[in-house]
Amino acid sequence: MIEFRGVHKWFKKLHVLNDINLKVQAGEVVVVCGPSGSGKSTLIRTINQLEPIGEGTLVVDGMDLADKKTDINKLRAEVGFVFQQFNLYPHLSVLANITLAPIKIRNTPRKEAEQQALALLERVGLAEKRDAYPTQLSGGQQQRVAIARALAMKPRIMLFDEPTSALDPEMIGEVLDVMLKLAKSGMTMVVVTHEMGFAREVAGRVVFMDHGVILEEAPPEQFFKQPKHERAQQFLKQLLSPMH
Amino acid sequence: MLKYHFDWSIVTSGKYFDWLVSGLKITLELSFVSIVLAFLLGLLVAVLRMSPLRPVRLVAMAYLEFFRNTPLLVQIFFWYFGSYKILPTAVNDWLNSTNFEFAAAAIALSIYTSAFIAEDLRSGILSIPKEQMEAARSAGFSFLRSMQYVILPQAVRITVPPLVNQFLNLAKNSSLAMTIGVAELTYQARQVESYSFKGFEAFTAATLVYLALSVAITWLVHVYDRRVLNPLRTG
Repeated sequence: MIEFRGVHKWFKKLHVLNDINLKVQAGEVVVVCGPSGSGKSTLIRTINQLEPIGEGTLVVDGMDLADKKTDINKLRAEVGFVFQQFNLYPHLSVLANITLAPIKIRNTPRKEAEQQALALLERVGLAEKRDAYPTQLSGGQQQRVAIARALAMKPRIMLFDEPTSALDPEMIGEVLDVMLKLAKSGMTMVVVTHEMGFAREVAGRVVFMDHGVILEEAPPEQFFKQPKHERAQQFLKQLLSPMH
Repeated sequence: MLKYHFDWSIVTSGKYFDWLVSGLKITLELSFVSIVLAFLLGLLVAVLRMSPLRPVRLVAMAYLEFFRNTPLLVQIFFWYFGSYKILPTAVNDWLNSTNFEFAAAAIALSIYTSAFIAEDLRSGILSIPKEQMEAARSAGFSFLRSMQYVILPQAVRITVPPLVNQFLNLAKNSSLAMTIGVAELTYQARQVESYSFKGFEAFTAATLVYLALSVAITWLVHVYDRRVLNPLRTG
C-alpha cells in the first residue's frame, strides 16, 4: 500500500529523511515515534506529498510520487490526513466541513453526502454538533470532526500526524477511542504518536526514528520490552518518566 | 456685506432637482457596476498574485503596480480617448452605438480600484494560517479550488473593513467620470450651477447626496457582514 525505497529529503542542508525504507501493507497499522526533530512528521507528510521527497522512490496506493504524470490531487483524495492542530475550516459548520470534499471532489449529491456525514458524526459521537462551528467545539471534539472529515472521502489510507499532542489530557481518550475503532475496522493507518497504549493495542509495528533515520522497526511488544537501539531505550525511558 | 440670496427650493424641486436625481441615478449605476467588477477583478488578481507559478505571479504584480501607481484621471482619459484608437473599426462602431463614456469610466474605475482591492485581499489571504491550505490540499483540492472554497471565503470575511474603504473611494471617485461627459451627479450639479448661478446650493446638495451614498454603502456592507459573513463576530 505504501512503500518507501531509499527515500532522502533535505531542508536546505539539513538531512531530514535519510535512506528511508519502509513498507506498509493494506490493513496494517504502523506507529511512528521518536524525539522531536527526528523527521517523523516529515515522513508522514511525504506520503500525501505535503512534503515532496528529495531522492528515492515512494509508491502510495500504486501511484509513484516521483512520477510527474501522477495526479497528486487524485492521490490525496484517497489518503485521509489528520493534523495535530485539527485544521477544520472555521467558516463552515461541522456538517459542511465534512461534506465539502465529497460534494466538490467526488460529486456526491448533497443529500447523500449529508447522510454519510451524519453517519460519520454518529460514529465519532458528535451527531448533535452537526450545526456547530469549529470554534464552538473543544479540542477533542474538533479532532473527532477532523477524523470524520477525512473519512468522508472513503480513503484507502489514513495518516495521523500527532493527533493527540495538542489536546488537554482529558480529551486524549475520546480521540484515541475513535482511532482504535478505526484500526480494528481494518483501515490502513500510519500514525505519528507518543501514545504507547494505542501502539500496544493496535499497531502491527512500531517504527522508531531519530535524526531522519529509521533506527528500529519492531512489533510493539518487542519494541517496548527490549528496544535494541540505545536511543530507543533512552526515548522510552523518558516517555515513561518524563521527570528524569 | 453678504449679497448672496439662498434659494434652496431649486435643488429640492423642479427642473434642477430632476437633473440632480438623474445624475444620482447614473452615479449609482456607475458605482454599482464598478464595485462588482472591481471586486471580482480584485479577487482574480489577488489569487494570481499568490499562484505557485512564478510567471503568473509576475504578471499579477505588474498589473498591481501599473494601475495603483498611475492617476485615475489619466486612466479614465486613456480608456476614453486612447483605447479606441487601436481597436478595429467594427468594434469602434459598436462602441459608439453604446454608451461609451459610461463604459470607459466603468472600466477605468473597476481596474484602478481592483488593484487596491487585490492588495487588501492579499493581506487577508496571508493572514489565513497556511495549515488551512494544507488541509484543503490534503483533501484533494487543487490550488485554485482550495482558494475558492477554503481560503478566499475566510480572507474576504476578515477583509471587510478595508473593502468598505475601497468601495467608498470608488463611489466618490466616480465623480471624475464627468470629465469625459458622463452625466453623473457632479456633472449635473455643475450644470445646475451654470444655469442657475446657484453654486452653493447645487454643490451642497451634491455633497449631501455623496455623503448619504457613502453612509448607505457602509451600512449595507455592515448588515451583510453581520447577517451572512460573520454572524459570530462580536465587537
